[in-house]
Amino acid sequence: MARAIVKVPARARRGEIIELRAIVAHVMETGFRRTETGALVPRDIIRQMVCRYNGVEVFRADFHPAVAANPLIVFTTLATESGRIEFRWTGDNGFAAAESAQITVE
Amino acid sequence: MITRRAFLAAAAAAAAPAALQATPGAMSEAIRALTGGAPAPRGRVKLDVPELIENGNSVVLGVTVESPMTEIDHVRAIHVFAPLNPLPNMISVYLGPRAGRARFTTRVRVADSQTLVALAQLSDGSFWSDQVSVVVTLAACTEEVK
Repeated sequence: MARAIVKVPARARRGEIIELRAIVAHVMETGFRRTETGALVPRDIIRQMVCRYNGVEVFRADFHPAVAANPLIVFTTLATESGRIEFRWTGDNGFAAAESAQITVE
Repeated sequence: MITRRAFLAAAAAAAAPAALQATPGAMSEAIRALTGGAPAPRGRVKLDVPELIENGNSVVLGVTVESPMTEIDHVRAIHVFAPLNPLPNMISVYLGPRAGRARFTTRVRVADSQTLVALAQLSDGSFWSDQVSVVVTLAACTEEVK
C-alpha cells in the first residue's frame, strides 16, 4: 500500500468549515516522457481521489497527467457529525491507496 | 560548419516538442464537451497560480469560486485546463453544499508558457471561468527520463 498522509482536525464545532489535506506517494508518470534511447515511458498515474465522510461522498477529484508527482489536494468540508473521514485513491496498473482520520464534532 | 545530417537532427529535435502539445482546438473541445456550448463568462471564479513559474514540474494552483454553497445554490464542479500541455485537462473536482466553500488547492505540471483556464459549473447550470497567463522557465511533462 502506498504511503498516504491526511490532515483532518481532531475536533471541530458543528457546522464549522474545516480544511482537509491529503497527499499520497506516487510518481504520476505522464506517459509523454522518453528515455535517452527514445523509448516512451508508459503512463502510470492516479486517476481519482474520493473523500467520504461517514460513508457519504463529499469530494471527488479526477487527476490527469498534469497533476504533479505525489498528488496533494487541499479542500474544505462542513463538520456535520463525529466520525471517520476516509480518502481513497485509485489509478493505473491497479493502484489503490486509502487513509482515514477520526473527527469529533461537538 | 553544419552538415545536412546535423541540421536535420536538430530540426527534428526542435519540432518534437510541438508534436507533444495538444492541438489548439483541444481545449475548446474539452470545454465545449462540458458546457454543451453554453457561455462561460469570466467572473465569480478566481484562479490562483504564480504568473512566473521557474519549475513547471510542481506549481501550486488554487481555485476559489464565489458561492454561498447552499443546497439550492452551490458549485458542482471545477475544471482546470492548460491549452499547451500534452493533454488540455489538468484536474477536475466535484463538490457540493457539504464542502462549505468552493475552493481547492493542488500542485500541477505546466508544460509551456500559456494561459491557464479554470471553469466552474454551478448548480443552476451556469458556467463561469477565469484565466491566468503564465510564463514557464523550466517546462514539465515531456522532459527526458534520466
